Amino acid sequence: MIEINNISKWYGSFQVLSDCTTSVKKGEVVVVCGPSGSGKSTLIKCVNALEPFQKGDIIVDGISVTDPKTNLSKLRARIGMVFQNFELFPHMRITDNLTLAQIKVLGRSREEAAARGLKMLERVGLKEQAHKFPGQLSGGQQQRVAIARALAMDPIAMLFDEPTSALDPEMINEVLDVMVELAKEGMTMMCVTHEMGFARKVAHRVIFMDQGRIVEDDTKDEFFGKPRSERAQQFLSKILHH
Amino acid sequence: MHLGIFLEQVPDGNMAWWQMLASGLGWTLATAFFAWIMAFVLGSIVGVVRTTDNHWAVRIGDAYVELFRNIPLIVQFFIWYFVVPGLVLAVKRWVVTLDPTQHQFVTAVICLGFFTSARIAEQVRSGIQSLSRGQRNAGYALGLTQTQTYRFVLLPMAYRIIIPPLTSEIMNLIKNTAVAYSIGLVELFFRTREMAEMTFRYFDAFTAATVIYVVIALTANRVMALIERRLAVPGYITGGK
Ligand SMILES: Nc1ncnc2c1ncn2[C@@H]1O[C@H](COP(=O)(O)OP(=O)(O)O)[C@@H](O)[C@H]1O
Ligand SMILES: [Mg+2]
Repeated sequence: MIEINNISKWYGSFQVLSDCTTSVKKGEVVVVCGPSGSGKSTLIKCVNALEPFQKGDIIVDGISVTDPKTNLSKLRARIGMVFQNFELFPHMRITDNLTLAQIKVLGRSREEAAARGLKMLERVGLKEQAHKFPGQLSGGQQQRVAIARALAMDPIAMLFDEPTSALDPEMINEVLDVMVELAKEGMTMMCVTHEMGFARKVAHRVIFMDQGRIVEDDTKDEFFGKPRSERAQQFLSKILHH
Repeated sequence: MHLGIFLEQVPDGNMAWWQMLASGLGWTLATAFFAWIMAFVLGSIVGVVRTTDNHWAVRIGDAYVELFRNIPLIVQFFIWYFVVPGLVLAVKRWVVTLDPTQHQFVTAVICLGFFTSARIAEQVRSGIQSLSRGQRNAGYALGLTQTQTYRFVLLPMAYRIIIPPLTSEIMNLIKNTAVAYSIGLVELFFRTREMAEMTFRYFDAFTAATVIYVVIALTANRVMALIERRLAVPGYITGGK
């Protein structure tokens, strides 16, 4: 579904990504972890071409994101993305947040989009909030709306960039629960997260990044059994201790 | 202050002085109104262009802003009124078909429109850039095009954020219309001076003008405050307010 082939990226002379190669198969859940600044966000943003890269290629569902002939808007519309800071549109009601892209990108009618949006909202348990504005919801609720907004587009895969790291601890689980459910339903997911409980529960593979490189790319059991690299072991012991 | 003076007839005219000032006010408002529309449209375009990834467009936009911001306004009036028609034949041909008042009015609108647009462009740019990069990415990630992302995601918030500085730009624009007296446009300041010099009632004339300018400014201020309240986003805290 997602094939990342030898990509490298520089900001000026600073190399953010060095020769990263991995893939996410259909229905697979891949967790990406690693220290801050290791390039996790950059890598995941390359997948839907939010960040350009200088070397290598990424193929999503058979379509190359670097091919100048690729319609990037169309490609992005098929991949859901959830951000650390939710990024709901503050001036729009929740309903409009959910329907905007369905109408403007997928060409759905207002009614169809509203019905689909409401269904997704119900799925994340927020049907009663439909007429509120994002600023009137808690962080956890906003993030669930953001997930619903992405799901309303009927994506073939979902990307998550630290979806719980901006949340107060008591709200983390309401978001993780939604993600676990999604994973169990067979959604293809690439998740940057340090929630190792989530990884243990649903991940098929765990990728560990350090200094722009993919240092480990293991099955879940291998990774939690004993990662091969010392860096990953250190990292794991740090985050599992708190 | 003698209010009677305003009812006195203007020598060699069939108007009272208050009517003279009112007609000046009319030109002031008309100039400000059309210049504002022009400035808002142009300023928005240039402001948006300066936030895109197109380096050349950004540079041209920056140059535009620097050009109009850094030349004194009165100099710009003289350039538009006296220099441009001499440089561009088509403009000259058109200008000679206008009566002097029309020519002065059009010049004032264009001059103030460009001048103010540079300032609005600066506000629009900073408004857009005050939004997080993530908002833009969220628009793109949903499949919106760049144009759609600006139209539905970035600009609605950016405009809301810059309502206070836009209000001061409107008030500046209204005040700046007075500079149009220098090319002979018979706006409020022109008429005020005329009245003062012909009647020697400087105090009365300028007090009246002051009151009128203050009332316009306060009205503009109130209208913008109303718009700001109408467009306020529930639950959203704007920075620094
Ligand atoms: N726009 C940018 N310009 C320059 N450097 C950047 C930019 N964005 C990110 N970086 C750098 O790239 C590195 C990787 O960033 P990021 O992918 O956000 O890391 P992570 O998500 O793993 O914390 C960091 O060192 C960061 O400082
Ligand atoms: Mg990150």
